[in-house]
Amino acid sequence: MKKLALALSIFASLPALADSERTAAPLTPQYKSECGSCHVAFPPGLLNKADWQKTMARLDKHFGTDASVDAKAHQSILSYLERNAGSRSAVQAAAEPRITATNWFRKEHREVPGSVWKDARVKTAANCVACHSGAEQGRYGESEIAVPGMQRRHEED
Amino acid sequence: MKHFFILPLLFVSATAMADTPQRFLDQYSAEARQSQPGFAAEGARGKAFALRKWGVSQSLPSCTTCHTDRPGKAGRHAITGKTIAALSPAASPERFSNPAKVEKWFKRNCNEVLGRACTPAEKADFIKFVMEDQAS
Repeated sequence: MKKLALALSIFASLPALADSERTAAPLTPQYKSECGSCHVAFPPGLLNKADWQKTMARLDKHFGTDASVDAKAHQSILSYLERNAGSRSAVQAAAEPRITATNWFRKEHREVPGSVWKDARVKTAANCVACHSGAEQGRYGESEIAVPGMQRRHEED
Repeated sequence: MKHFFILPLLFVSATAMADTPQRFLDQYSAEARQSQPGFAAEGARGKAFALRKWGVSQSLPSCTTCHTDRPGKAGRHAITGKTIAALSPAASPERFSNPAKVEKWFKRNCNEVLGRACTPAEKADFIKFVMEDQAS
């Protein structure tokens, strides 16, 4: 059984090696269902602990909508995010931390032309799945990127 | 001694809760009849309800803003752009099968779009509308 688990874990870590630290944490069914209905369930490693705490503290005013969950779900989601948060220092002083405003996000997407963000199929930078076809499953590897209106990018790094 | 009677009753009420679209429809209709005797759900009324712009949320003015006016088709979240599975149980079998989810989303979305809770009559009409679109 151990062997199987090991084999599976090696398999799971194959895609997106470069960003494995940020996107490695498994998306739990509860996290997916509570935080992955209106937007894709973002990998917990993309914000640090303090930023997740800020986000969870004001779910009733979550980017203009009421995304509050019951007390029990709140506690378990918060602890899941805290356990799997990224390690970078605070990215923003904003009351509402945005993954898309982090230095890491900007750097990773620096080659994406402005026109892409305005494309109706993309609509917003938070719509990961518009380009990352594996985003729903937490996969963001190079091999699974298809930017609407652009040729497939081939990059070795 | 009393406890022995209460405990089984709790179980019965939990499992007796609606778990098919028709049972949700029946349940909300029955609730609606408590204040409106003779109430019967109507798909046309449900559609008008879904289309109505409530003037509460600028980005999410009506149900159809995200869900479209065709429950058999997939929708799209007006803010995030995420695809939303079709509401029609014929297109998305998991729809209207889980009481906790149904209540959760009515609560959230009604507050968001209407600025208040939906009434049992509104829920019944809405479900009727959603069920009627299955065929096409």
